[in-house]
Amino acid sequence: MSACLDISNLSARLPSGQRVLRSVSLTVQPGEVRALVGESGAGKSMIGKAVLGVLPPSVRIVEGSIHLEGADLGQLSAKERRRVIGAKAALIPQDPLTALNPSRRVGPQMTDRLIHILGWAADKADRRVRQLLDEVHIREPDRVMRSYPHELSGGMRQRVLIAAAFASEPRLIVADEPTTALDVTVQKQILRLIAQLQQEHGTAILFVTHDLGVVAKISQRVTVLYAGKVVEEADTPALFADPQHAYTRALMAATPKYTDPMASLMPVDDTVLAGLAAEIAVADHDWKPGGGTGRG
Amino acid sequence: MADARALPGRRLDARLILAGAWLAIVLIAAIFAPLVAPHDPLMQDLMLERLPPFWMPGSEPGFWLGTDSLGRDLLSRLIFGARIALIVAFAAAIAACVVGSTLGLIAGYFGGWPDRIISRIVDIWMAFPPVLFAILLVAVFGTGLMSVIIAIAVIDWTRFCRVIRAEAMSQSRMDYVENARIAGFGRFRIMISEVLSNVLPSIVALLSLEMGIAVIVEAILSFVNLSISSDDPTWGGIIAEGRLSIHQAWWVLVFPLIALFLTVLSFSQFGEGLKSRFDPVLR
Repeated sequence: MSACLDISNLSARLPSGQRVLRSVSLTVQPGEVRALVGESGAGKSMIGKAVLGVLPPSVRIVEGSIHLEGADLGQLSAKERRRVIGAKAALIPQDPLTALNPSRRVGPQMTDRLIHILGWAADKADRRVRQLLDEVHIREPDRVMRSYPHELSGGMRQRVLIAAAFASEPRLIVADEPTTALDVTVQKQILRLIAQLQQEHGTAILFVTHDLGVVAKISQRVTVLYAGKVVEEADTPALFADPQHAYTRALMAATPKYTDPMASLMPVDDTVLAGLAAEIAVADHDWKPGGGTGRG
Repeated sequence: MADARALPGRRLDARLILAGAWLAIVLIAAIFAPLVAPHDPLMQDLMLERLPPFWMPGSEPGFWLGTDSLGRDLLSRLIFGARIALIVAFAAAIAACVVGSTLGLIAGYFGGWPDRIISRIVDIWMAFPPVLFAILLVAVFGTGLMSVIIAIAVIDWTRFCRVIRAEAMSQSRMDYVENARIAGFGRFRIMISEVLSNVLPSIVALLSLEMGIAVIVEAILSFVNLSISSDDPTWGGIIAEGRLSIHQAWWVLVFPLIALFLTVLSFSQFGEGLKSRFDPVLR
């Protein structure tokens, strides 16, 4: 198995029985940027959390598997799973304001994982973090590492978090809407930075976003998700040139175009949503939880 | 207060200074009681009974706050009483803090059955009237400094437990806790490095508040003569004696009350002041 991340047929649901993921299959090849697009509530962050082993306890995986670098996460003990994910995957979080511990200095927060999980010597971890801070264009690494998070701006914090994610040389990074919480001007820099580091380090990225503009800039392949179900999957240029699914087309029409600010914004059409609801109803009707893990 | 927020960090706020100053005075008086006290707190002199404080007619030089009905110097008794008050405050508050914070941290961070067990125990505990519970405990353990300390710790750990549980619970939902889990850290390590580091300012504030409360509880216990042996001067004991001679010598009741009041208030204000200085977000 050569894929870096291989999600196959993954279904999850809430205690109420409501399905939040519907037989999702998705692969990320080594070094590839795979975008995962959908509106809020589509389950895209849920997939990211499932990959990183931090699903909320109320969400039950009832079917399917996740292979990370060939290791079947569902088959591992909780401790093994933590170890595998800790060594091979990392997260660039959505909100840089809450992703750093406010009462600890930034430097130790960045080196912690290298030293205590990957077993690096302290000076090696320190050098590595400085190198990464340099790569994300932070000019005063000493000052930043001595700072508390609240002393840094949102953009700086996101750079720190990107540096921390790449520092451990993970095979896969889950980027969970990494630009959503930032100013528009900062968004662009951060996006460019992630793309640049991705190319230099050859890290595979699962890029979760609701922004098709971001998708076009950064990813090679796209998966479009609606209500926990994959509605379309394609190479990025192909998707934009010729979207196959009505929902994808509607999503593109709903994206504001800055070149034509007077054009009216189109919400996703009701008939498209009705069609999707029907598709999902059919899928749910045919669906039976595999392996006897769930009861009707 | 508004300008304290506008100038973050460098300015010491007034309550921290005032509270700290009073506590420093009490602490120094307690530690160096034999040197500071003008008289032997136990020495009786019936010729000098019920002398008024220094500004009133009939006062004697050297007896600044007057004497009680047995002619003992009130200031010296208060200074020696501060020893007991502070020993109890520190020992009992720290014991309550260690027990309560540990259980609160575990309950709040781990949730599930540890939380259910600990929370039920706290609920049951809180149904006891605290002072009567303390009196009962001292009656069981026997009087003495140690049993007063144990009694206060036993009744007051729930105060820490409840607050720290709630804070640990909200901390454990924070993104940086999730990030630490993704990074591969174990739950115990996360509890210490991510959760404890953020509830520490609250623990400090509570600890200081609890020291004040311990001073009150000790005073109540010695007021009902259940603290340490009645020979040693305690603030509660002096208040109890003062109550009997309130019409002849009001100062025997009033001065220990003032000392008690200022000390308890200072502990709580000092804790709040420390909290806002320790907390890097508020700072």
